[in-house]
Amino acid sequence: MGFASRSLPPHHPGGEDSGQMPAEALKCKECSTSYPLEARYVCERCFGPLEVAYRPPGSSPEELRRRIQAGPGTLWRYADFLPLERVPRASLPTGMSPLVRADRLAARLGIGELWIKNETANPTHSFKDRVVSVALARAVELGFGTVACASTGNLAGAVAAHAAYAGLPAYVFVPADLEPEKILSAGAYGAQIVSVRGNYDAVNRLCTEVSGEREGWAFVNVNLRPYYAEGSKTLAYETAEQLGWELPDRVVAPIASGSLFTKLARGFGEFIDAGLVSGEPPTMNGAQAEGCSPVAQAFAQGTDVCRPVRPDTIAKSLAIGNPADGPYATELARRTNGAVDAVSDDEIRAGIRLLAETTGIFTETAGGVTTAVLAKLAERGAIDPGERVVAYITGDGLKTLDAVRGTFDVAEIEPRYEAFEHALGAHV
Amino acid sequence: MAVRVKLPTQLRGAAGGAAEAQADGANVGEVLEALYVQHGELRERIAGDDGEPRRFVNVYLGGEDIRFLDGLATPVADGDEVTILPAVAGG
Repeated sequence: MGFASRSLPPHHPGGEDSGQMPAEALKCKECSTSYPLEARYVCERCFGPLEVAYRPPGSSPEELRRRIQAGPGTLWRYADFLPLERVPRASLPTGMSPLVRADRLAARLGIGELWIKNETANPTHSFKDRVVSVALARAVELGFGTVACASTGNLAGAVAAHAAYAGLPAYVFVPADLEPEKILSAGAYGAQIVSVRGNYDAVNRLCTEVSGEREGWAFVNVNLRPYYAEGSKTLAYETAEQLGWELPDRVVAPIASGSLFTKLARGFGEFIDAGLVSGEPPTMNGAQAEGCSPVAQAFAQGTDVCRPVRPDTIAKSLAIGNPADGPYATELARRTNGAVDAVSDDEIRAGIRLLAETTGIFTETAGGVTTAVLAKLAERGAIDPGERVVAYITGDGLKTLDAVRGTFDVAEIEPRYEAFEHALGAHV
Repeated sequence: MAVRVKLPTQLRGAAGGAAEAQADGANVGEVLEALYVQHGELRERIAGDDGEPRRFVNVYLGGEDIRFLDGLATPVADGDEVTILPAVAGG
């Protein structure tokens, strides 16, 4: 037990006495066919995606709140809403990331109340630590001995780190043109990096094939996907808890596959259903890069059909040209009076700088996309001044340093006072 | 044109346990029709009411998504490989 771990008291979801798993089945999102809680991800009847279905919470809102507040300072405090038999005894401490009030950015954009959920604070500096925490815990429960993933970068690092902590071999498949920072930081944990000559969609297709043939492998975002995706709900739970058990009016979050976006809404919805918060579900605004915007295009065209695109954007972590959760994301944005917008690479770079200069949070390109879309919404008057807005900053700028290279001046001088005065004296 | 069709694990039960099949046709649509003649249950599993692949079924010709080509009308050549896979959200 090193300093990087956090020892947890035994915590049985569903009540200390019952030891009952809160989840009851996997269910097809399209045709509602039920399956046992195994490593499967696709409906055998219609090929629709499977999602975890839960029993109604057996506890009162007061009891649920007490159990959450008595839980660990990690995402495991929400065990009553996660698909595990029991939370791991020890794991890399993930979640309870800071919710930062962003008054200077709010003032710049003309927004009344703005909060940044700072996911760079997770162990591998992105929200992917959440989904991997849940998927890996479930993989161990199901008896898998090897973990793997198809990644646009952040997932690679998260799988590698959490597998290292658990002592499991890991294989991470990434596009060969990924940012070197992401490949280096994943490889350092000892995972086998598989660099695939192709874009993310090709990597994903390969991993779908490999997972069908390698039955002993837990691909966190393929055959373990229903459990993996549930980890993103904890972002919504934390937001509500950190706002004093209240809901935001509006949420701005990035869209790659559409999984995070839809699970945020599910998380808020489950807290409403459980009586832990009251009010309307937030308006959902999705953010994409113009160079890979199949969901924003479908939204603009008034359809749920997301035609695949070939990604060409600096926001590589969002570069999924064939987003399987896209139809659900467009439907969600419409249902909540939200939208899905896209921004250019230059707007993404400006978004990174705007967030860094006004909040002290340095985000990767995906956060630049989110910030730029937030600015766009504010500019077109879509945000009421009385609204409480939460923007999700999902990854760390240290992983995409090229995005800010050349966006500011460096004063290089000789080590003499006169040189300093000459270079900057007129400005300071 | 004789084409090799690779089936995902989820569809093999409907194809007598086979991981792949040989099928003839001038384009992807004809190849799939020939596949359905061999294994009738595959039709409703793969195709929707309009005959197109269902929303969560991806069809590839030589590794390329047929939606980037001419869809079911994409011509095939002898020895080509068609792969059928479930759509996975990725991320």
